Amino acid sequence: MRTRYSEDQQAVSEAFGDLFAREATPEVVRAAEGRGGFDRGLWHKLAAAGAPGMAVPAADGGGASLVDLAVVVYEWGRRIAPVPLVEHAVTARLLCTGAGRGVPRELRDAVVSGDLMATLALRPVSTGGSARLVPAGAVADVVTGLRDGALVLDRSEPPGEARPNTADLPLADRDLSGAAVIATGEAARDAWNAALTEWKALMAVAYTGLASEVLAMGVAYVKQRHQFGVPVGSFQAVQHGLADAATRAEGARLLAFRAVSELDAGHPGGGRLASMALLFGAESARFASDRVLQYHGGYGYSAEYDVQLYYRRAAAWLLQLGEPAAEVARLAEHDLGPKGRAA
Amino acid sequence: MDFTLPAQAEAFRAEVRQFLAEHLTADMIAATRDGTIHSPALHRAIAERGWLSGAVPAELGGGGMDPVELCVMLEELQLHQASADALGVAVVTVSVILEHGNEFLQSAAVPRLLAGEALGCFGYSEPESGSDVAAARTRAERDGGDWIINGSKMWTTLAHVADYVLLLTRTDPDVPKHRGLTFFVVPLDSPGIEIQPVETMGTDRSNATFYDDVRLGDEWRLGEVNGGWDVMKTALKYERGIAGGQFPSPPVIEAAVDWARRSRDDGTRPIDDDDVRSRLVQAMIDVEVSRSFAYHTAALASQGVMFGVEGSMTKLFASESYKRHCSWFLDMMGTDGLLTHDDPDAHMDGRIEEHFRHAPVTAIYGGTSEINRNLVAEGWLGLPRSR
Repeated sequence: MRTRYSEDQQAVSEAFGDLFAREATPEVVRAAEGRGGFDRGLWHKLAAAGAPGMAVPAADGGGASLVDLAVVVYEWGRRIAPVPLVEHAVTARLLCTGAGRGVPRELRDAVVSGDLMATLALRPVSTGGSARLVPAGAVADVVTGLRDGALVLDRSEPPGEARPNTADLPLADRDLSGAAVIATGEAARDAWNAALTEWKALMAVAYTGLASEVLAMGVAYVKQRHQFGVPVGSFQAVQHGLADAATRAEGARLLAFRAVSELDAGHPGGGRLASMALLFGAESARFASDRVLQYHGGYGYSAEYDVQLYYRRAAAWLLQLGEPAAEVARLAEHDLGPKGRAA
Repeated sequence: MDFTLPAQAEAFRAEVRQFLAEHLTADMIAATRDGTIHSPALHRAIAERGWLSGAVPAELGGGGMDPVELCVMLEELQLHQASADALGVAVVTVSVILEHGNEFLQSAAVPRLLAGEALGCFGYSEPESGSDVAAARTRAERDGGDWIINGSKMWTTLAHVADYVLLLTRTDPDVPKHRGLTFFVVPLDSPGIEIQPVETMGTDRSNATFYDDVRLGDEWRLGEVNGGWDVMKTALKYERGIAGGQFPSPPVIEAAVDWARRSRDDGTRPIDDDDVRSRLVQAMIDVEVSRSFAYHTAALASQGVMFGVEGSMTKLFASESYKRHCSWFLDMMGTDGLLTHDDPDAHMDGRIEEHFRHAPVTAIYGGTSEINRNLVAEGWLGLPRSR
């Protein structure tokens, strides 16, 4: 049992922390907002560093664990970097394991290397085969989804343009009516559920990266901003709001990494923890960005300060999955049994 | 990173469960309602099993139970509603005496405490000082080779069943407050001590203790004269390791689920209501957050990392969320939620109602939520001291 990074993970954390700090600056994030929420140059650098396919099996060109990937995702979340790392990494794993392996080798290799960008249509695909508001749908070359119970893969030219949205995420509709069937039946469902679960756990981790960075931003601001002749960070009302946010963020971080660790170990409770970690991570990231925006006063609401970038993403990331209440309902069904049936 | 509990810890959990199945009776749980918050028979059984001495750090000569296993034991005690307050206090008392005490104290008090024959209690807070503990005014003055103690302590929980009190006194009023403190181990049967009950809104009771010309030999002094703050820091350090309190909610959630599955008069069930389901899920998420905190701090301690602020976060989150859960599920029960354990219709011995009344104290004792937020703001976020 080890609840801290190993030495290797510490090294990975520092290397990618540096990369994102250097290449995914707030200026880069802002510039991408006008360009579909995506920065191709950053994606190439990430691919060169081996991140997109790092957590596929070693035989396929990866070899890192899901926890190792989460260490990178945490740094990605801290910088709200405009590249679809989580969607891609999860899809790469999907195409290299179980039922997902039924795709041509060249395509799999191109996804693992990051030459092709891949995503998954998180929400159910309509019977006609259209997938609305697909995460990274604006830029992904490959879209996977569950269409009428079948695992399908579409390779087509991405639209490039995103649907205008709260956080300038690369959301776009994709047509999966002509997508190739990779697997059907139980195998398809299992593979898809595993990918969805991994997305939840990794986004939970990303959320805690977002929360930690927005808190660091808030702390720096309240230390230098003076009112009434003293730093606003010396006021207990401000301190206690930030302390509550930090406590929730740290709890969320531990729960998220615990979920990833349990998934890595193949323990049956991992999926439940992933859902819980995502809901709690999203809530704590929203709380942290709300407190930090508030303690910036009017500047927090201005476009000039970076907290608004975090505030919008804190709300938006989770909603790519659908209604949060539906995730709560799934957890309730898992832990309490179905509704409306007397015991 | 690997958050999975070691197989050894899970095996130990099974052992603790077996032990509780054999030793923990419904009477023992009910007995805590008379206000003692202590079950002598259970306490002695735990001591006989070696788990009390086991919980004392190895470097002090204790059993040095792995902190992860200790965490699992405290988790199981709480899940089964077994009173563990006296256990924690005894472990802290022994640990502090072993670290700071002279040979006399170590031979007079420690063996009896370890055997579960004697109990300790904490004499830190006073009527005029709680969170500002270093402001203690209870005086200890030299009289030849002896000390004469005068003053009063508040929230001396367990004093009415305990044998020793770890007493924080003022020995020099003319220096900055942290530098004029001295600790004593005071036998509670010493002449001049009076113990008065402090009844609470919950079913537990605390005490006010009064010291009127209590004469003590110097051998009862714990640590250096005017070195009391060092002893205090040691006590708080060990308290973090054994404090428990990270798992108050599961028994409440268990009762809430049980209630929610019952049919109302119109045939509907609360458990089919979306808001009830949502709150149950939220409470279960909070429990998993608390569990993650608890396992994390235990794992840190197990690797020899002395954690600090993480302990404050753990306690802050667990107690504040526990209060929310009690309110939610009291509301869920409607009027029936008001029935106390004395009423024959009270659901599961009025468990939720009882927890509802108990919950507020958990955000107060052992460091209030406000103090813990200060510690997080200063120690974790690096904000300036605000008091």
